[in-house]
Amino acid sequence: MSLVQEMNERAIELGVPLSVHLDVTYRCNERCVHCYLDHDDHGEMTTQEIKQVLDQLAEAGTFFLTLSGGEVLMRRDFFEILEYARSLRFNVRIKTNGVMIRKAEARRMVNLGVEQVQISIYSHRPDVHDAITKLPGSLKRSLEAIRFLQSQGLKVVIANVLMTANRQDHAGVQALARELGASYTLDPTITPKMDGDTSILGLRISGSDLHAVLRNPDLVGNVEEFCAPPPPPGDDIMDGYPCSAGHTAAYISPYGDVFPCVQFPLPTGNVRKQKFKEIWQDSPALHELRSIRARDLPVCSTCSHVGTCTRCPGLAYMEGNMRGPSTADCEQSFQRTGIPSANMLRKARTNASGPLIQIQAAAAI
Amino acid sequence: MSDRYIARSSAIAARMLGGEMMIMSSVDSTFYTLNEVATVIWQAADGRTPLSEIVSALVSQFEVEPEVALRDAQQFVDDLSPHGILLVSDHPIADSSPRSAETA
Ligand code: SF4
Ligand code: SF4
Repeated sequence: MSLVQEMNERAIELGVPLSVHLDVTYRCNERCVHCYLDHDDHGEMTTQEIKQVLDQLAEAGTFFLTLSGGEVLMRRDFFEILEYARSLRFNVRIKTNGVMIRKAEARRMVNLGVEQVQISIYSHRPDVHDAITKLPGSLKRSLEAIRFLQSQGLKVVIANVLMTANRQDHAGVQALARELGASYTLDPTITPKMDGDTSILGLRISGSDLHAVLRNPDLVGNVEEFCAPPPPPGDDIMDGYPCSAGHTAAYISPYGDVFPCVQFPLPTGNVRKQKFKEIWQDSPALHELRSIRARDLPVCSTCSHVGTCTRCPGLAYMEGNMRGPSTADCEQSFQRTGIPSANMLRKARTNASGPLIQIQAAAAI
Repeated sequence: MSDRYIARSSAIAARMLGGEMMIMSSVDSTFYTLNEVATVIWQAADGRTPLSEIVSALVSQFEVEPEVALRDAQQFVDDLSPHGILLVSDHPIADSSPRSAETA
């Protein structure tokens, strides 16, 4: 077990929110076609409120702090927030589109001891990237930002979200990352909007594209291992919990709402009304979430993929039940291994047997 | 060694977890955990307190022999300073790290 894993185990035992993702704003200078956010400002936390939240997080034992948005640099006080966070000795990672990062901003981030900056790049082709962000010239600006950050010695991760418009460009972006000396991470999951609107899910890549991605050694490493059929789950799997959300990780919105994860909008409280620690320790929703083990999942506990699936309880929650399957992860497990998920088999059975009762108006007979 | 001074680098993240200090270097993302004794040395590493004074504090706090405390402190310095997370000097060092923030 690595040191970080050991610390995670200990944080679970002690009930410490080791990692917190704080979105400082939902405002953005890009308008990405797949974005799940409402970019209007509905009353963001003030500088002072954010500083108070950071004090509370330090007190609660949070170590890893991700500052994200929206675009973090849309806030004029971003560097004041960052400086304060670093004075509290958080390990700070920043997610940004980089458009507003020039040499001076890069130098400040390095001087403040930021550990890593993640920048979204959709394509190596300006027309494709800029059509997704709807900001002309954005690829050029984001790549310049990466160069500024890298030249200062700051670690950069290029995040490549894959959707229909850029489905063939991951190799180009990966090559770009290599050339720039940045790390590369690929995400093929488009999530519903925060208000539950699923219209953007149509941008998800097709099953066959996903299949090709999951069997690409440049992306997944050892394909045989990665795509191997899942071993039968043991008790340790069935007694395990789905992910860190709500156990050692939390998310805070620009309005102070606390959720288990940025991708898991289960309401648990608001830091404008309550101390973060009270929410973390006393929220009934978090208590319920923490009680869930794999064996409590009605469909997934019967699925052969249960031990290896990336099932996201947040996506399942957005589909209507945090104990249910997440369709996007079912699709991934299936495309990865060729073995249908319990959820797929269940749906196929339901469709084959037809509706339980059929009613037809008498006039039509 | 009695006239040496140690200070925490500002390029680190640090937090207490269940009595142990977690430290991560933002320069190379190396992760460290310090046991109880090392945590006490770390918290005393303000750049102003001479190492000899830190060793005396260890002797009284952990009721160990001075040689043991001295060896622990020496090992602490040898282990951490090459990674740039601990600064060592023959003179007092200006410290930029707010100690209270790490002790939560
Ligand atoms: S699996 Fe989903 S809810 Fe859990 S940490 Fe990942 S994104 Fe968040
Ligand atoms: S593949 Fe689907 S049904 Fe199976 S564990 Fe994953 S989310 Fe659940």
